[in-house]
Amino acid sequence: MSEDKNLIQIHDLHLYYGKVEALKGVTMDFRKNEITAVIGPSGCGKSTLLKTINRLNDLIPDTTVTGTVKLNGQDIYAPSMNAVDLRKEVGMLFQQPNPFPFSIYDNVTYGLRISGEKDKAVLDEAVERSLQQAAIWDELKDRLHDNALSVSGGQQQRICIARVLATQPKVILMDEPTSALDPISSDKIERTMLKLKEDYTIVIVTRNMQQASRLSDRTAFFLGGKLIEYGQTKDIFMQPEHKETEDYISGRFG
Amino acid sequence: MTPRKWDKVATVVLYMISIFIIFVLAFLLLYILITGLPHVSWHFITGKSSSFQAGGGIGVQLFNSIYLLVLAMIISVPLSLGAGIWLSEYAPKNWVTSLIRNAIEILSSLPSVVVGLFGFLVFSIQMNFGFSILSGALALTVFNLPLLTRKVEDSLQAIHYTQREAGYALGLSRWETVIHVVVPAALPGIITGMILGMGRIFGEAAALIYTAGQSSPPLDFSNWNPLYIASPLNPMRSAETLAVHIWKINSEGIIPDATQVSAASSAVLVLFVLLLNFLARYVGNRLYAHLTGVKERN
Repeated sequence: MSEDKNLIQIHDLHLYYGKVEALKGVTMDFRKNEITAVIGPSGCGKSTLLKTINRLNDLIPDTTVTGTVKLNGQDIYAPSMNAVDLRKEVGMLFQQPNPFPFSIYDNVTYGLRISGEKDKAVLDEAVERSLQQAAIWDELKDRLHDNALSVSGGQQQRICIARVLATQPKVILMDEPTSALDPISSDKIERTMLKLKEDYTIVIVTRNMQQASRLSDRTAFFLGGKLIEYGQTKDIFMQPEHKETEDYISGRFG
Repeated sequence: MTPRKWDKVATVVLYMISIFIIFVLAFLLLYILITGLPHVSWHFITGKSSSFQAGGGIGVQLFNSIYLLVLAMIISVPLSLGAGIWLSEYAPKNWVTSLIRNAIEILSSLPSVVVGLFGFLVFSIQMNFGFSILSGALALTVFNLPLLTRKVEDSLQAIHYTQREAGYALGLSRWETVIHVVVPAALPGIITGMILGMGRIFGEAAALIYTAGQSSPPLDFSNWNPLYIASPLNPMRSAETLAVHIWKINSEGIIPDATQVSAASSAVLVLFVLLLNFLARYVGNRLYAHLTGVKERN
């Protein structure tokens, strides 16, 4: 296994909200062009872990982080690292679809326009490419100038995916992206993800065990702020090494 | 009583209260318009007011009201936007911020007479602005700022946290998120607040009596250089507004048609505020559509 396969390297990561230790020494790597699922019961630190990768935890006052998180070998918590620049490399999708109350076109081109892109041809091209990649171009191509809030929840979430894709990040973080959606929309988003991993590295937090086992190459199980078990998804689900992992995936708690 | 019956009783009571309020409002509006409108003519709206004889107009007063309104809004809109944005997006959650917030709340309930006397002491006398449009506009700012700030802050707070998160996650800085995501989304609420503020300013008399003054110098409507002493735009001249005019002719007017002039002035004032509301709403909708790209462009 060559070094550069590990796009994100986390070493001895601790995170405190005030005095509460939410992550207790996590060490793990995320591989390039793979989908990694992070599972575990509520409050186990899985969403917190996700938000350390794009430093979204910075926004919560009184948060302390120790240890290192490296993206492409670069420490993202180094003083020279700008969180705003980092988030252009690491896109994120949230549990609730959160398109801006603007047109679909403006939503998708938002990141580009903020970074100064004005050429209409470039923006048009980005809209079509991103919506194609998010598998929603055919449904919405005639409604690009409608308000993004006027379409269904599943469509809104895929607009959010396209909005992330338009800025061409390296990593896409997904925080329970389908838990607020119906099964058909969820299925469409899962198919989209499988296609996306050819070009992107995806980390998904999910409470849906079937989703984790269907989608991911590797699975990490968290409990009480600690990484309990991490490995190939089929190994985690078929022959987990730890009793806690087995209890959780078989639904005995959580 | 069963919950169902209570529900019916509550519904009826709430309807009755609403109808009562609408009735009072409609009565007031109709009374003002019916007594006032017959005396409103083009000559009345544009003509000069008279001191002794009947047949005076309100042209200068109307102009003063509009000019003061524009000046006051030019000063107070940026200030309230800045203060509201800071309170909602930047202020740390500590006792200093809550002190400021409380102070704003108390200020917004200050009687306008008190604001007027404060403006008289500070702007007219201390700062030597005298009875002038500038003093009036500053007093109106003091009067209006707390409410506008509060409204801006509330409108911004109503935008869900997930919108800000989406902005940050896209690699927008805090300032970019505020300016390009949160403020445009909150714009309809902000505009509503501004309209209410404009209505308050336009109808305000007590805060202006001792600041903008109760009379206007002879004006030369052919010279618009703000530095010229008789120019209508000169901010250092005194100015009697429409609302002050109504108060004045009712309390010390000696013109024979004082009742009619007062009724007609009130009608013009009410109609103008109404017009202002429609205009501001139209502009606000256009601005919202422009900022959010809701409508198709080109």
